[in-house]
Amino acid sequence: MANEVTPTAQAARLEATWARPPGWRMFSDVNNSAVGVWYAVAAFSFMMFAGALALIIRAQLAVPDNDLVSATTFNQLFSLHGTVMMFLFAVPVFEAVAIIVLPAMLGARDLPFPRLSAFGFWCFVIGGVFVCGSIFFDAAPDAGWFMYPPLSTEQSGIGADIWLLGLSFIEVASIAAAVELIVGVLKCRAPGMHINLTPLYGWYVLVVGGMILFAFPPLIAGDFLFELERAFDWPFFDVRRGGDPVLWQHLFWIFGHPEVYIIFLPAIALLAMIVPTFAQRPIAGYSWIVLSALGTGFLSFGLWVHHMFTTGLPAISLGFFSAASEAVAIPTGIQIFAFIATVMLGRVVRTVPMLFAIGALAIFIVGGLTGVMVAVAPFDFQVHDTYFIVAHLHYTLIGGMLFPVMAGIWYFYPFVTGRELRKHLGIWSFWLMFTGFNVAFLPMHLTGLLGMPRRVFTYGPERGWDWLNLMSTVGAFVLAAGFLLLVFDCVRPRRAAAPRNPWAAGTLEWLAPLPAPGYGLRAIPEVGSRYPLWDDETLSARIDRGEGLLADAEEGRRETLVTTVLDAKPLQVLRVGGPTWMPALAAAGLGGVFIFATWKLWLLVLVSGAFFLVVLLRWLWTGTAEIPEKETKDIGDGRRLPLHSAGPYSTGWWAMFITLTGDLTAFLSLVFGYFFFWTVHEDFPPSGIDGPGWQWPLASGLLVLGGWAATLAARFANARGAMRRARFLLAVGMLTGAGSIAALLAGPWLAGLDPTAHSYPAIVWALVAWIALHLAVGLLMQGYCIARSIFGRLTPRHDADLWNVTLYWHFTACCTLLTAIVIGGFPEAA
Amino acid sequence: MGQRGTRPLIVTAACLVLVACNPTQSALHPAGDEAAGVAWLFWLMTGVGAAIWLIVIGITVYAVLGRRRPTTEWFADRFILVGGVAFPTVVLAALLVFGLSLLPSWTEDEAPDVRIHVRAEQFWWRVGYELPDGSVIETANEVHLPLGTTEFVLTSPDVIHSFWIPALGGKMDAIPGRTNVLRLTATRPGVYRGVCAEFCGTSHALMAFPVVVLGPEDFAAWLAGEALPASGEADIFIANGCGACHVVRGVSETGSVGPDLTHVASRSTIGAGTLANTAENLRRWIAAPDAVKPGVHMPAFAHLTDAELDALVRFLGGLR
Repeated sequence: MANEVTPTAQAARLEATWARPPGWRMFSDVNNSAVGVWYAVAAFSFMMFAGALALIIRAQLAVPDNDLVSATTFNQLFSLHGTVMMFLFAVPVFEAVAIIVLPAMLGARDLPFPRLSAFGFWCFVIGGVFVCGSIFFDAAPDAGWFMYPPLSTEQSGIGADIWLLGLSFIEVASIAAAVELIVGVLKCRAPGMHINLTPLYGWYVLVVGGMILFAFPPLIAGDFLFELERAFDWPFFDVRRGGDPVLWQHLFWIFGHPEVYIIFLPAIALLAMIVPTFAQRPIAGYSWIVLSALGTGFLSFGLWVHHMFTTGLPAISLGFFSAASEAVAIPTGIQIFAFIATVMLGRVVRTVPMLFAIGALAIFIVGGLTGVMVAVAPFDFQVHDTYFIVAHLHYTLIGGMLFPVMAGIWYFYPFVTGRELRKHLGIWSFWLMFTGFNVAFLPMHLTGLLGMPRRVFTYGPERGWDWLNLMSTVGAFVLAAGFLLLVFDCVRPRRAAAPRNPWAAGTLEWLAPLPAPGYGLRAIPEVGSRYPLWDDETLSARIDRGEGLLADAEEGRRETLVTTVLDAKPLQVLRVGGPTWMPALAAAGLGGVFIFATWKLWLLVLVSGAFFLVVLLRWLWTGTAEIPEKETKDIGDGRRLPLHSAGPYSTGWWAMFITLTGDLTAFLSLVFGYFFFWTVHEDFPPSGIDGPGWQWPLASGLLVLGGWAATLAARFANARGAMRRARFLLAVGMLTGAGSIAALLAGPWLAGLDPTAHSYPAIVWALVAWIALHLAVGLLMQGYCIARSIFGRLTPRHDADLWNVTLYWHFTACCTLLTAIVIGGFPEAA
Repeated sequence: MGQRGTRPLIVTAACLVLVACNPTQSALHPAGDEAAGVAWLFWLMTGVGAAIWLIVIGITVYAVLGRRRPTTEWFADRFILVGGVAFPTVVLAALLVFGLSLLPSWTEDEAPDVRIHVRAEQFWWRVGYELPDGSVIETANEVHLPLGTTEFVLTSPDVIHSFWIPALGGKMDAIPGRTNVLRLTATRPGVYRGVCAEFCGTSHALMAFPVVVLGPEDFAAWLAGEALPASGEADIFIANGCGACHVVRGVSETGSVGPDLTHVASRSTIGAGTLANTAENLRRWIAAPDAVKPGVHMPAFAHLTDAELDALVRFLGGLR
């Protein structure tokens, strides 16, 4: 086929297949190059909003006894500033940049689940506008960005619910992006891009994606408990009824500390791409950097208690978490020294991205050094909750994230727009930002040591903090001016067109003409080195002639290659989704569920939820596990690859596995809550409250095993061709699964456990509700498979749906059994 | 580069500030053993940290701007190994050993010189002095302690607060449902200031207290005075229902929701370290406490006539 069509005609077909819909319909596009840019623009809009809040904060603190804003407004300002910067800028901008550049870097045409990215983006925008908008109604969260109960549970207004529900909704987007990016790095690399040839950026995305999966779920579990207390008075954090506010602190910081590295590592990843380009040689210590990134990710989960040093912990905990907090400085140091070594090995091209990179280093090292200081518990006792910490965290986040991202924007701007930024404006912008930042934040170290606590809306003139604060305010405005200059440069008219590969970089994303087209490369190359553009001078010309894989879109379908995890051997041609409104509609439906729940409008929650479910099912029914018109397809070099796969070879199975890992983490966080109450109470379960007994949980456990076994048997039966039998088994699975839900609920229900009475019945009910919801989704999945089978969309050969549903049941059955053991068995053992 | 030029300037500026600032709430002007250890540790870590920063940034700037030949792979590997692995491991281990030696090392059976119960409430401090017989003398919003070791027993009935006297040492949270213990050793008599460090609601910024460190004899004398009941023309106080919330021992002991006022006139501030304790400020406070401290639980007594306010302020002013 391929030789019948001229390369020009092939290129035109590729172009047409990946074209963005015209006019307002462009927002139905799902291609990574479109969604990624919207994502980035939205994240930066939220960032500027939060920056404006910060300027009001600084204006209020410029002079003592100021009355520019009231105490209640001020408390909303700083709570929203922290919340927006962390949840609506720092993490999403990583996802945005990764969605834009990752496929091109890996030589893929798109990410494996473009519609999932689009869904995540729309969730992010809807949730973000909801959370930010609250301040215009004097209804913003006002208990600080970590929302410690009981202040936030018992005294905050609607702002606390907006925080909980709005952010839970946005966390869905983060997890969706993490799943997408992990599968992208593992399964969508160009053929030959062995895992140790993967650009460092890909490694960092992998590590950060993994961290999101283990860090966000504890917060989601925490949010779940928190909102149950706010909405239904289940006393998880109320000490009068057996709750404990410190549980929230654990769940929050088990999320919160890895979060810092979730923000930091992707920014370092940008430097890992930028530094070798401008040193014009490969990165030094590639393996060191990969190991350090993994080490940082791992260690970051063992540090959370250093946010809680002053809660009255035993000395042994202080010592352990001090040591772990010091240790994390070592892998961070290795990465920095590897960058410096790379610079030393080459001759540096002096550019604006390098200027921002050096600025980032100068700022971040200060933050790292003060981090080492505050890791020493006795020093932390003094500076905890003071402006010293405010200074420290801004040095790490602005040096470790904002400046590298600025470098990244400068670096990738031509890639996205095909235009160049102006060098002298970049230099001006850098020096304004760098000077402004240091003038604003360096004095804060001292302000804190002189006794100024954080989160104070005013201070007296006799404290002697006035001119330090005035200096910080001036610096903050200079920093803002520098940033706005960069924004102006990005949007001004008459920007010069950028030449191809303007930085003479060595990695694949610079292979295409600029701006990079939606489909990425004209043809997918076979990769044999870490810097293919440097190592193979003819590559560019060959790819332009369409000599490579998947150079055509003969069926008019968007396609990319799936390869093996380690060796990147081609496995499958993956057909990815094209433009559709489904993700945006699904996000609107799910957004309605969270937003209406804020006001306890339960009827609207139900309507919204039903709408979400209908859209979601339609999306799945029409867009996933499609049976192709032919079994295999020539990828351009005579090799024929299948157009369909199921089970562990397919991207969908991996995505399900990864999602369930995150889900399992959330569930284990709830189990952690159960045992946390046991450790803080002498008497738990409390005498006088009867548990659910062991009989009903046992029955539920046995029934769930039945549901699981039936699903597994259905998969085997279907694979053997016994489709009717498979449907019957799935129906049996639905019945036993429903029985399991009923038995699980019957335990605490018949025992008369009142979840508002004490933390014990509350946590039992929380576990039961969590599992019941998961089992209900499991039933829906079984029903979906029966329907797919009846309508001929699930066949013995094309059974991806059934594989994924079986996988879901493996996890859910395990979680149900564990729940049955904990709520039924533990009270007997204790 | 600019950083190199601005550093010494900043250090000079920092020294000037330290001389010029108000030392009563400063962790860098220690008046106790714990604060002194940490202040010393701070200067040490800052010195070493500044040196590390200068070296790393110096190398980077030289590598980028200097006229030099590219180094060899061999050198680069050693550079990463020494700079990124060996050096930080040694320095951090040393810091950890030294830093953790400053952790409080007392045990349960070593009795402190005095034990003070502090109950942090929105947005003030209930302070109780434990006598050797176990009884407690209650006051509020001011902490007096003798030279030597004081144990603070910290609790909270509402939300999380944090008790912090920077000049004496580190802070400790007061958490509902828990009892935390903090020991501080005062070494220099004087008047200092403590604050709430954990965000606790609308007027978190206005939750402070004066700290008076006395010699042991002075402290004993002060405590003996504090133990005495008060007296005075209390009609106005009782008629307006002040006693529903405030205790004035010897006069009205019905309600204790708000701060004890037995010796309020001897305190240097009102509103938990918010206003100087003057007759004028007392009037302002009683008439509209919310205007001084947003979110305060005390209701406004704006309906009182000038004469009534005068009488009330006169009564309170007599509670020495």
